[in-house]
Amino acid sequence: MFDSVNASAIKERVACFVVWLGAAAILCVLMWIVFDILMKGASQLSINFLLNAPEDAGRSGGIGTIIVSTLMILAVTITAAVPLALASAIALSEDAKSGPGLSGFVRRSLDVLAAVPSIVFGLFGNAFFCITLGMGYSILSGGLTLACMALPILIRTTEQAIRAVPSEYRHAAAALGLSRSTALFRVILPSAMPGIGAGLVLGIGRALAETAALIFTAGYVTRMPESLSDSGRSLSVHIYDMAMNVPGGNSRAYATATVLVGLLLFINAAALATTRYAGNRGSSHVMSGAIR
Amino acid sequence: MRQLVYVVFTAMLLSVAAGCGTDRSTPDKVNAVNAAGLSGKLTVTGSSTIAPLAMELAKRFEQLHPGVRIDVQSGGSGKGISDARSGIADIGMASRALKDGESDLTAHQIAADGVCLIVHKSNPVIQLSDKQVIAIYTDQLNNWIDAGGTDLPIAVVHKAEGRATLEVFLSYLELENPAVKADVIVGDNQHGVKTVAGAEGAIGYVSIGTAEADALAGEPIKLLPVGGVAATTANVASGEFPMSRPLNFVTGRSPGALATAFIDFCQSEEVHDLIVSQYFVPVQR
Amino acid sequence: MTLSCRNISFPFNADRWLTRLTRLSACVSAAIVLLVITFLLLESWPAFRTIGVSRFITDESWHPLSDRFCLVPMITATALTSGGAVIFAAPLGVCSAVFSQFYAPPRIAAWHRRLVELLAGIPSVVFGLWGLVILVPLLAHLGGSGQSLLAATLVLALMIMPTVALTSSSALSSVPAELIRGGAALGMKRWSIVWQIAIPAARSGINTGVMLATARAVGETMAVLMLAGNVPEMPSAIVSPVRTLTANIALEMGYATAEHRSLLFVSGLMLMGVVSAGVLIAELVRGRRHV
Repeated sequence: MFDSVNASAIKERVACFVVWLGAAAILCVLMWIVFDILMKGASQLSINFLLNAPEDAGRSGGIGTIIVSTLMILAVTITAAVPLALASAIALSEDAKSGPGLSGFVRRSLDVLAAVPSIVFGLFGNAFFCITLGMGYSILSGGLTLACMALPILIRTTEQAIRAVPSEYRHAAAALGLSRSTALFRVILPSAMPGIGAGLVLGIGRALAETAALIFTAGYVTRMPESLSDSGRSLSVHIYDMAMNVPGGNSRAYATATVLVGLLLFINAAALATTRYAGNRGSSHVMSGAIR
Repeated sequence: MRQLVYVVFTAMLLSVAAGCGTDRSTPDKVNAVNAAGLSGKLTVTGSSTIAPLAMELAKRFEQLHPGVRIDVQSGGSGKGISDARSGIADIGMASRALKDGESDLTAHQIAADGVCLIVHKSNPVIQLSDKQVIAIYTDQLNNWIDAGGTDLPIAVVHKAEGRATLEVFLSYLELENPAVKADVIVGDNQHGVKTVAGAEGAIGYVSIGTAEADALAGEPIKLLPVGGVAATTANVASGEFPMSRPLNFVTGRSPGALATAFIDFCQSEEVHDLIVSQYFVPVQR
Repeated sequence: MTLSCRNISFPFNADRWLTRLTRLSACVSAAIVLLVITFLLLESWPAFRTIGVSRFITDESWHPLSDRFCLVPMITATALTSGGAVIFAAPLGVCSAVFSQFYAPPRIAAWHRRLVELLAGIPSVVFGLWGLVILVPLLAHLGGSGQSLLAATLVLALMIMPTVALTSSSALSSVPAELIRGGAALGMKRWSIVWQIAIPAARSGINTGVMLATARAVGETMAVLMLAGNVPEMPSAIVSPVRTLTANIALEMGYATAEHRSLLFVSGLMLMGVVSAGVLIAELVRGRRHV
């Protein structure tokens, strides 16, 4: 008995060490990347950089118009993808069968969709949105293509979040005579908000990080977009162009990457704040409180 | 089974909705040439090498003719040529000469670009004969020590099939692509530069303009002369440098008045400073 | 009262509309995948018609302009890079989730999560650039130019790890508190609770995360293009350069003629075939385990 107590104590210590080590390793690599970006790009940052339009193929001037295009593309993506994802996730979570049947087919298709390469999405978006639907190279085409790309992530994570809500909530709602839709919008979705928030962050991250898909749909133009049907390049396309296409654009690429990282921090915070506002506060703290 | 039918039905519905939507986007051919100046919209797609230059040219043209909007898109020379042919774009950009099967299109050369060899800055080799280059690229010469350098294995950097730089390089050396044994295959010129800059034993070939600009910006690379001629944009301009490729604007059967005006502008003397600022070589007309 | 109701399962009208609307949305989502696959089929049909299917496996190398079309090295490369990346990223991601949910003090956990979310949004170009400029020269010491299977796998693992970490994290946080408290009441220590209660309870969420991460790894284009070396040959060592199916498309698409383009779409279709096979196999395995 003494041995088994010792053995489990050793296992605990080793596990604790390994977990902290893993987390520290992740942190170190992330810091490495972020510092690398900051160091190489910081020299180019200034208020003018954030406000002006690019000049000399991007080697001077700023990225103001590009930031606007990026935000517009993101807005289109979220507007198109989030309602569709939410509705689809609700449909999938209601139907528990994972075998043959509509929900099984939809889940399998989403898994396959998640693996489509970004360049294939770009070419598909070009053929479908730009040419067949006649939108041309535009922010609208880019946003819709990104919405297609973010859909699997959003749907799967939202479905998981909804499923994870304890069945007692559903039973209690039914016992109180609530209709399914009321139960859904007043009880279940608010409880699932933290998970939905995590999915939203992942989806937004995927959308902002996309390059190949946007080159063929939202395009390459650096002008300030006046409407959704104008072409406009996003920050990641600009980073790609500066780093891999335009000679001498290296430091600009890093500076743009720094701005992107800043934008990401801001958008993630906003997304999480929104979901926390829409959901029940404090339900995720139950977990960590239980062990301490 | 029924569920599958629902899904297929929805897909068909979406496609029908797509078909009933707006017509295929045709470029706006309303290029009214009135006394006040030109106006209208141009779409230019194609080579990503030419795209930054085209963007600057378009910007200057737009400043001179306020009613005009020119959208420059990237996507590759192949796309530029097929878009020019199908009418999706008014002008296609191609960083190579037109091939035999493309005689229905017209090429208007706006600049030239040389192709040179680069090695890492720390490499003591300052010149390679054509025979040595062929040997390196066909895996017969494997170590720098056999070419007059230090004891370091050679890392051969090659370009992807279909690229104009590759075709110019191989036709100069009279090699076939399957005979080349590469260690790394890169896509864009910058990729090639960064690869060579990161490995001391590497050798590659890129556009001269890119290499000059990056060497100036501090990348640890060195340009090697080809056939005894130093690799500078001046030598490409004078015609002495043996490996060069044309940068073309390609049009289909009947380009509009605006497209013709823009191409004339790009081939004129007024824009030579722009072409030089993008590290290409203006062509004398 | 219930017996006189028109429809027992939909006593409220709103519910009927809700079901219709949500089912329609699910159909639309699935229809998108059908559209993409149709697009791929249409584009690659000319190649199949002129070349046939078997040559894509039996030809000696990939030199499309010299009439050789073997895709096998690229399929292998995709499998190796994605598989390797998932093997690295999955444990690391779950470890990160366990850390932020069970081991870290609340403030450190919050910061850790924020940083992982940040990692999730960094563009693939930036990862590729960092890899090309910093990692590849380091790996060049091991031989070759540094651009290799190893470089691509490592950076890919880094890119997909946040997906696993974030989905596992929310899955772990949804484990009912009673289970955890029950374990604590039985005298189980932290790691035993995590390993024997929390992770099994969160298994479905963690699986979703791993599935999404694998999908991302298979479909990643930019970063692999910059780091894998792109030589279309079978890798002989972990430092050999390889070319994945996605990099193949991206590399040659821009300069391809119409026939060459069609061939590249065949690589895309082959990728979809491999992924669909994988999804079906995973489904079968999961089904068997539950039954």
